[in-house]
Amino acid sequence: MTLHELTLLETLDGLRQKKFSAVEVTTDYLNRIKKYDKEINSYITVAEESALTQAKDADKRRAAGEDSLLLGIPIAVKDNQTTIGIRTTAASKILENYLPSYDATSVKKIKEAGAIILGKTNLDEFAHGASTEYSAFGVTKNPWDQTRVPGGSSGGSAAAVAADLAAVSLGSDTGGSIRQPASFCGVVGLKTSYGRVSRSGLLSMTSSTDVIGPIAKDVADAALLLGVIAGEDNKDQTCAPDSVQPDQYLKIISSKKDLSGITLGVPRDFISAGVDSVVLSVIDESIKQLQALGAKVVDIKLPHASYSVPVYYVITPSEVSSNLARYDGIRFGYNSDEAKNLYDVYAKSRGQGFGREAKRRIMIGTYALSYGYYDAYYLQAQRVRTLITQELDEAFRSVDAILTPVSPHVAFKIGENINDPIKMYLEDVFMVVASLAGLPALSLPVGFSKPEKGNTEMPVGLQIIGRRFDEATILSIGKCYEGVINWRSKKPSL
Amino acid sequence: MKLSKEEVEHIAKLARLELGSEEVERFQSELANILDYVSQLKEVDTTGVEPTAQVTGLLNNLRNDVSVASDSATRERLLSAFPDREGDYLKVKTVFSVEGGSASHEEDL
Repeated sequence: MTLHELTLLETLDGLRQKKFSAVEVTTDYLNRIKKYDKEINSYITVAEESALTQAKDADKRRAAGEDSLLLGIPIAVKDNQTTIGIRTTAASKILENYLPSYDATSVKKIKEAGAIILGKTNLDEFAHGASTEYSAFGVTKNPWDQTRVPGGSSGGSAAAVAADLAAVSLGSDTGGSIRQPASFCGVVGLKTSYGRVSRSGLLSMTSSTDVIGPIAKDVADAALLLGVIAGEDNKDQTCAPDSVQPDQYLKIISSKKDLSGITLGVPRDFISAGVDSVVLSVIDESIKQLQALGAKVVDIKLPHASYSVPVYYVITPSEVSSNLARYDGIRFGYNSDEAKNLYDVYAKSRGQGFGREAKRRIMIGTYALSYGYYDAYYLQAQRVRTLITQELDEAFRSVDAILTPVSPHVAFKIGENINDPIKMYLEDVFMVVASLAGLPALSLPVGFSKPEKGNTEMPVGLQIIGRRFDEATILSIGKCYEGVINWRSKKPSL
Repeated sequence: MKLSKEEVEHIAKLARLELGSEEVERFQSELANILDYVSQLKEVDTTGVEPTAQVTGLLNNLRNDVSVASDSATRERLLSAFPDREGDYLKVKTVFSVEGGSASHEEDL
């Protein structure tokens, strides 16, 4: 049996039936990481020793009759969620050797459920980017075509799952950072509703849209991991005060057999411009499948959606410039030894520690929030954000979910967009509406298409946006689709 | 459109970010391009529209203001993260200086 090819649920099943041990599964993944990750570069830090210790412990607990939803499951965690004992870098030089004092709530919860942390995955520095090229630890390669990006910012988490270098992973999504890499790598990614999962221990980027979510081999795995990490937390005041049962999403999606009674909205005006025709035909084919499953499909209008990217690229850098102020070389992180006085400690540590895109966002944000510009940029962006949110809430009175492509094209070539920040920002075009409105959105693999310049067929993802806190519906839609076509059987050749 | 060298240097100073001369030059046009791009928001009529800062609907979600003791392992991890320390104290550079140190920088802003 090839252990690394199993989904999370299949692995759990095998562990429960004592077909193999947690040590065997973990060793299999660690060996595979050693063999392939020099090329893919999906991990910044592999925690081999602690992973094996956790695996031995999981086997002992299971032998003693214990069971839990992740007992013995090897997981990869995006390196912007704090882990005791494993450095947490955010892919930045400024945190290259940072050892956190506490576990993120997401990490604490998966550990409590018995998970084994294989290591910390690569990202664009501080999650600023859509390609994982802005990492201080080198670019992650797309397992389907290593000349292409895996997407970003959770590129390492998506590539690791796609290449079977982890059973499942945690990512984070601020404006598309789970959905776009999941789509580019052909795996399932779930951006959770804002407030569904605690942000405690997630290194803050844009506090008003940051969320943590699962990246998985299939929808059921994503539903299981969501149940484990979701729910109230007194360490995050923006976390919704709802308790979540760890198996509740898995139960709901298992009970749904077809999509009768479900209405899906497609914003044709919004998505028709700028999408590659080969991508659009895969998306249209998947919409037909959903119709065949019983869903009713209607056209909807989102007239302000075209302003979502400019809104996002005012709000995000503004919040980034404020959030990244904490990296000042004083209490932790990189500290420039050239500094002679306090101002220099700040300016030199930050100037030497931050990479290109982080600096760019700090500068834009500082400008937008500074005296004389606040009203024109930040306040106006917040007002347009209201219009976008209202428009989506209105649409959800008549539809149960909204469908768009995740991305207008398949994974692009490494280096293609690196010198064009606005082009990189436009990668988020279909995804930021859900972020600005705090809505959950599923990135579901729905096929492959050949890019204009390239011979390898690359994965295409469908975005399914749901009502606030209604992850259950979008996961059910994804699960029903997978019941008909599961692209998981197609694998990248490494 | 381009920002002036002085504008870029002023923002960098507010952000406590030391930039090299090449970076300043690059930001003059890059920042201007991005600001120009996001300026399309001015087209949108937002008269009477309230700004959105958060979408949770939660209000004054406060916990009791009580101190929580830290265990010794957490305390040691916090101390170990200090770039420079003396015993259990965090060591920092001079805050005040006579000739052009940080105090005079503050006045510039």
